[in-house]
Amino acid sequence: MRAPASNILLWLIALAALLALPWVVTSEYYVNIASQIVIAAILALSLNLLIGFGGMISLGHAVYLGVAAYLSIYLTAHAGFGHLAGALIAIGATTMLAMLFGYLALRASGLGFLMITLALGQILWGVAYRWASLTGGDNGLGGLKRPHPFGLNLMDPTIFYYFVLFFLGIALWCIARFIQSGLGQSLQGTRDQPRRMRALGYNVWLIQWLSFVCAGFWGAVAGLLYAYYHQFVSPQTLHLTTSAETLLMVIAGGTGTLLGPVVGAALVIILKNVVSAYITRWLILLGVIFVAIVLFMPEGLVPGIMRGVRALRRRLRGDKMTDAPSIAKERAP
Amino acid sequence: MNFWIIQGLNGLAFGSLLFILASGFSLIFGLMRIVNLSHGAYFMLGAYVGLSAIEAGVNFWIAILIGGGAICILGAVIERFILRRLTGQPLAQVLVTLGIAFIIADTCVWIWTGDPRPVPMPSALTGAFRISHLAFPIYRLFVIGVAFALAAALWFLLERSRLGAMIRAGVDDLPMARAMGIRTSLLFSVVFCLGSALAGAGGVLAGPILSVYPGLDTDMLPLALVVVILGGVGSLLGAFVGSLIIGFIYSYGQALFPDLAYVILFLPMVLVLTLRPTGLFGRQAI
Repeated sequence: MRAPASNILLWLIALAALLALPWVVTSEYYVNIASQIVIAAILALSLNLLIGFGGMISLGHAVYLGVAAYLSIYLTAHAGFGHLAGALIAIGATTMLAMLFGYLALRASGLGFLMITLALGQILWGVAYRWASLTGGDNGLGGLKRPHPFGLNLMDPTIFYYFVLFFLGIALWCIARFIQSGLGQSLQGTRDQPRRMRALGYNVWLIQWLSFVCAGFWGAVAGLLYAYYHQFVSPQTLHLTTSAETLLMVIAGGTGTLLGPVVGAALVIILKNVVSAYITRWLILLGVIFVAIVLFMPEGLVPGIMRGVRALRRRLRGDKMTDAPSIAKERAP
Repeated sequence: MNFWIIQGLNGLAFGSLLFILASGFSLIFGLMRIVNLSHGAYFMLGAYVGLSAIEAGVNFWIAILIGGGAICILGAVIERFILRRLTGQPLAQVLVTLGIAFIIADTCVWIWTGDPRPVPMPSALTGAFRISHLAFPIYRLFVIGVAFALAAALWFLLERSRLGAMIRAGVDDLPMARAMGIRTSLLFSVVFCLGSALAGAGGVLAGPILSVYPGLDTDMLPLALVVVILGGVGSLLGAFVGSLIIGFIYSYGQALFPDLAYVILFLPMVLVLTLRPTGLFGRQAI
């Protein structure tokens, strides 16, 4: 399957824009926000594997971000491991945790899956919060220095931005390959027709479990970069609100698309930074956005706004003929 | 020996609070297939409303009614105007309840500030109950009594009343119950209001033991989820037994291994999900 030429052009433009960003916005503050967006995008991409392509709504995806961040900081800054060893162990152990949690959560499906992932995530949050001798409790864990891979000075915001952008590129490439692979195709089959897939002889459980582990792995990569960016981790990273924000990124950008979560991550992070500059009530806004999306734009924020803009433009042109059927079609679940 | 008895009673008291919360959650989930992620927030909001009522000079018992009643009305509004619009879209309903939970949680911080607030105990129930050299707070015994009375009342409601028969029919086979002429939309409203009222009243009741603080909602919600996963969906007995198990584990765990009290909660979940995914008393997988 080849992408059409216009798509490739779009990709190239997006790539050029991302690469040129540090020259356009020279302020360190905005380059740092761009790094935050890129890291959040990797996490949202991994969650979209479950939600968009697997139809499994997880409310515990902050687990992989948080556990990888905690582990890498603990290992390198407090247990005397080297950067490479710490990073590899953190990602490996977090992926193994995803194997266990995937096994538990996939004992159920649908709402049960959601409940189990939420419960497991909040239990881990409780562990990070209460087990103060290991995790620093509410104060969190810090003391990590960014590494110097291949002589790159990652303390420089621009270099760090390119560093995380490199990982986003790899994640996008791997996830695109995954979706087109036999496993990814059968994952989408289990999302749409689990019974039929089972009848065709596919091992639905194994397909979902492997995808869950894969999502956990990329979540762990995001967690490692998160630890490098903040050089600090607190229980808040593991909290339900982080999982919910990530979920919002995925549904805001439109589930089941490759680039949707990246757009969603940009929207949520920018909104959060802008809002936090003026008011302290980010959580209320997060809640209102959730309610509003579900009630008014069930297909996602970006497609929903596009639909609204199209409808408005048509109304301005006074052209009602094509309006009704297209909206009816898009509103269908 | 004393340690085991006292911690056992503490576990029983905490399990009792959990049961008041989880029974409503389980009923709502069993009948309506709604995972009400606002349930922890209802519990916290109920406690805050009760606290304000008490601080305004209202009697503790009336404050419980006010807390329960306020959340009952809130639940009725949310059920009627939001959740009903989303009938048949379980995931949309979950996301809405999650959003509402965030809104309630942050509003509570706004109104009642971020400091933990103890709810004063009714003067009739202060003091300790003594047998020889064992002393145990009377209030906790009272909470245990309330939970057992509630369990009995709910059992009677579900198993012996006409309304209960309709609810059980709805839990087992909703389309068929509707076809038999049961007004399921009314049934949904009743059950959602009942669950909300229990959460609100339970919050006030828990106030003197747990006190009220931001984060009480997300502390309690996962415990309610674990209780339902453990006990089985829509099963009153499951919610009861699950609550007591979690209450004991949490209480002994916190006393014996304070750092690891939360890790221990994994064990019953792992065991039940591995060996019996329907939960101890559930008939259908969650």
